[in-house]
Amino acid sequence: MEATSPNTAPPGSTNTIQPPSISQQDGNPSNSSTIQQESSSNPAQYEEQHVHTVYNEIAPHFSSTRYKPWPIVKTFLQSQPPGSLGLDIGCGNGKYLPINPSVFIIASDRSSGLIKFASQHQPHSAIIADTLALPHPRGKFDFAICIAVVHHLSTAKRRRQAVHAILETLSGKGKALIYAWALEQRDSRRGWDEGSEQDVMVPWVMKKAKRDLAEGEKNETTFQRYYHLYRKGEMEENVEAARGVVVEAGYEKDNWWVICSRGKGFEEGKEL
Amino acid sequence: MKVLTLNFLTCAVKACKTTSASFPLVPKECELVSDTIAPNPTLLTNLLPRVDWPALGSIAVALGFPSLSPLPPTPADLENDTKMMADLHTLLLETQISEGSLVCANCGHEYKVKEGIANFLLPNHLV
Repeated sequence: MEATSPNTAPPGSTNTIQPPSISQQDGNPSNSSTIQQESSSNPAQYEEQHVHTVYNEIAPHFSSTRYKPWPIVKTFLQSQPPGSLGLDIGCGNGKYLPINPSVFIIASDRSSGLIKFASQHQPHSAIIADTLALPHPRGKFDFAICIAVVHHLSTAKRRRQAVHAILETLSGKGKALIYAWALEQRDSRRGWDEGSEQDVMVPWVMKKAKRDLAEGEKNETTFQRYYHLYRKGEMEENVEAARGVVVEAGYEKDNWWVICSRGKGFEEGKEL
Repeated sequence: MKVLTLNFLTCAVKACKTTSASFPLVPKECELVSDTIAPNPTLLTNLLPRVDWPALGSIAVALGFPSLSPLPPTPADLENDTKMMADLHTLLLETQISEGSLVCANCGHEYKVKEGIANFLLPNHLV
């Protein structure tokens, strides 16, 4: 991966991400049912292959394209008072860590490749951890963000468990901002919309500079990442299933988001 | 891995979460390095009530630092004593575990720290 030149695929370039290989339009369920079957037999293993391995392989290139914070996330982080204690769960390259240097954030990600980038941002801290097995005390944190993470979990149960795991870290007054890719994005170049297949493979195309190519080697490699595209209201359903309360919710740039906290019936350690 | 971070970490194994033995994780054969980080007195003063002081004391001693005072400093202490503030900043934010392990005193699982980053991914039999 070191040989990759980010210059050949500038951030935001429409060439870096191709439309998904699974057809959304023809109503043929064969591809989607394959995804479901595979993911339900051993979802953790499925995600290891179709999410974690891919992120480790594309880490430097992915990181070079991820530097622009989304406005809702920025506002949420800036609203935290100085000395607040927070988590960035599934932090990737840590692009949200520079936003508020007056709070202390422990950022975690499964990708050892991406966490190296995240660990550069002071005064925060970065660790390798799984969202479904977080190494944090319960009921301790003032806030948490979980941006573009839960859509990589391949079963409904695991997505609910992830929301529960996030709420579990929060104090009674703590709030979490959760953000995931929307199914309804008809104006994006991908063109998904209501009624499209929700479980899709999305390609990441990585181009190599010509000088780095071995003889006869193709100048681009395509990696496929698994996504569950959230439909309208689905994130709120996840929060309610975890006995959380939705404080605020909305849609921003092809993503659904919620700000949530623990509800009255919230139970630590509960199996969902 | 900052000393402050250790105050907000437990064992990743679900069954350990409810036991007091899983907190704090115990540093084992740790190498320390020192970073230079811009001081932020407000951050530290506001965060201090969230720090489990006895846990911090046991970690400091395990890492070879002198014993801490039995009680945490008050905001007034910190405001009037710049050396105390500077020492706390050095211990909590600038001191890093670069290599070593963190051990759960309940289940005995060891989490490795490499190049300053602790890895909490569990082997399959512990998930």
